[in-house]
Amino acid sequence: MSQTDAEKKRKFRSAKRMREIMTEYYIEAKTADQTGKKVAWITSGGPVEPLIVMDVIPVYPENYGAMIGASHMGGDLCAKAEALGYSTDLCSYARADIACALENGGPIGGLPKPDMLICCNNICGTVMKWYEVQARLFNVPLFIFDTPFCHVDFADEARRYVRAQIDEYISFLEGVCKKKFDFDRSMEVGRLSLKGQQLWQEVLDAAAHRPSPMTAFDAFFFLALIVTLRGTDKVVNFYTELLEEMKERVSQGISAVENERYRLLWDNLPVWYRLKWLSDTFASHGACLVADTYTTAWCGSMKYIDENDFIDSMAEAYTRIYLNIGVDEMAKTIFEMIDKYEVDGLVMHSNRSCKPYSFGQYDLMRMVQEKKGIPCMMLESHMVDERSFSESQALTRIDAFMEVIRKRGPGAGTAR
Amino acid sequence: MKTAGIDIGSITTKAAILEDGVILGTRVGFTGYNAGLAGRKIFDDLTRELGLKASSIDRIVSTGYGRNSVEFAHKSMTEIICHGAGAHFLDANVRTVVDVGGQDSKALIIDATGKVTDFVMNDKCAAGTGRFLEVMARALEVNLDEFGELSLQSGNPAKISSICTVFAESEVISLISRGEQRENIIAGIHDSVASRVYAMAQRLAVDTPIMMTGGVARNIGVVRALEKRFGSPVKVTEYAQTNGAIGAAVLACSLA
Repeated sequence: MSQTDAEKKRKFRSAKRMREIMTEYYIEAKTADQTGKKVAWITSGGPVEPLIVMDVIPVYPENYGAMIGASHMGGDLCAKAEALGYSTDLCSYARADIACALENGGPIGGLPKPDMLICCNNICGTVMKWYEVQARLFNVPLFIFDTPFCHVDFADEARRYVRAQIDEYISFLEGVCKKKFDFDRSMEVGRLSLKGQQLWQEVLDAAAHRPSPMTAFDAFFFLALIVTLRGTDKVVNFYTELLEEMKERVSQGISAVENERYRLLWDNLPVWYRLKWLSDTFASHGACLVADTYTTAWCGSMKYIDENDFIDSMAEAYTRIYLNIGVDEMAKTIFEMIDKYEVDGLVMHSNRSCKPYSFGQYDLMRMVQEKKGIPCMMLESHMVDERSFSESQALTRIDAFMEVIRKRGPGAGTAR
Repeated sequence: MKTAGIDIGSITTKAAILEDGVILGTRVGFTGYNAGLAGRKIFDDLTRELGLKASSIDRIVSTGYGRNSVEFAHKSMTEIICHGAGAHFLDANVRTVVDVGGQDSKALIIDATGKVTDFVMNDKCAAGTGRFLEVMARALEVNLDEFGELSLQSGNPAKISSICTVFAESEVISLISRGEQRENIIAGIHDSVASRVYAMAQRLAVDTPIMMTGGVARNIGVVRALEKRFGSPVKVTEYAQTNGAIGAAVLACSLA
């Protein structure tokens, strides 16, 4: 088989369908003012299901931030936010989004204006100030869903506190939408949400196969649906197709990386403006990033969901997500992934944008080295602000890291 | 078998030629704006100096930031692996290598065979690098080569609290204007570099003996400050600056 045929085979046919769905989604959101639908901006880890129940279109500034990064527009937009007085140390999603909202700039001509803002602080504290800024700018109501940090367990007080907010959230939505919340429909939406998460986990699980049919870079792309359309049948249908494609690839021996020799785990958000470069650089070493802690976060807490009691159980599921748990808990997740995907090394992205994700990484690295005995590397960057990426430094680290792994040999794996 | 290593750093270019485990010679020059040309020149100069024909060198490995610009090299390898191999070649007992170069600093752990088992590099910041010292030397109007000896005369090192090169420079300027003695300021600068490098190395399981390599190892003030931080002697050889090139030449031996 010629090289080009092999390349063609490696391409995902589902990618086209995914782009169509995302295009339809953004068209629907951008034309909401003509169709009379309401638009809510919501944080990436926010409880979206009640919005779906209320027929509100959820829009994600963070998903848009990823688009900005991938379109290489982050640096300029961040610089504009800095000119407005926002610090260079602030999250680059926040800076880019704030600049876009003021300019109507960015990809797809900016996001549709929100009718309300839903901010859940289970991913970080920055979102609270970020959403307050946007609430002032757009002069729309803001609902803050406060999830206490879970160092180890989910205490009863926390459970009651978060559960009470779900009622407040529903009342808030009833007020803004001027209609009643349909609890029967919420059962169906909850079921679809859980089904979507289960399918997404199964898609990611396919990477446990050797050679892996997908890379973390593919997961970064296919992630968009579980983030934006969770709780709809679109997600369930799409991931059912994608899972089918994964199974086909496994049975046909199609590997995401040609001659996969080494398997790596990625930690933290992607470097959105360098996906291809990073993917090519690792692939040139025969290394496949088979899994990542980031895309797993959208199905990592489904074990807490009770399909028959979605509204009650989502209090725990939304509180105990990956970024809202202690370092020891995070380490457990990482250890499990190292074993499950049989990885030879850990690549950590120290992301200046995302403090909750990056804080503790050196501790996690030490814990991984002690428990699992695999090499780890650190790459410093910003997920969207391309001005902070140094290619030659990144290349030296990756090359040296791969030399260390190569000398250990593939499958040297862990101390398990 | 004769092998050569060429290490193109951000400021200087280094070359080393080995024959059957013996160093025939090393050389240091400036990199300038054309890394490829600098590599060619240092190689030609060193072979000429040693009275060797370029064609008599069996294998060449390039390393450093400009490693991919050396077209005549048989292979390029990262300076991390090369510094490990170089340090092991010079002293097989060494287990930790601290390399401080012009624009980056790194620490690596090597095993009994010279294989790098773990490493850490500075982030995108000039603090704790040779560039930091260059900027300070300019502010103090002192030749960088005198920095080390001068600092040893300090009785009371000044405190440089900023880790940012730009801020530290203004801190140094304010110390000058307050009439602080030059040797105290220089000693303070060395402490600042040492604390930065030490903190970075602490992310690894540092084992002794420790060797320091890279151009900054020529500065005795930084070496002493590092010894104080590590609480252990820090070995420095006459080949500290060319260690990466030597390591590249060592690794070139194993190329098929």
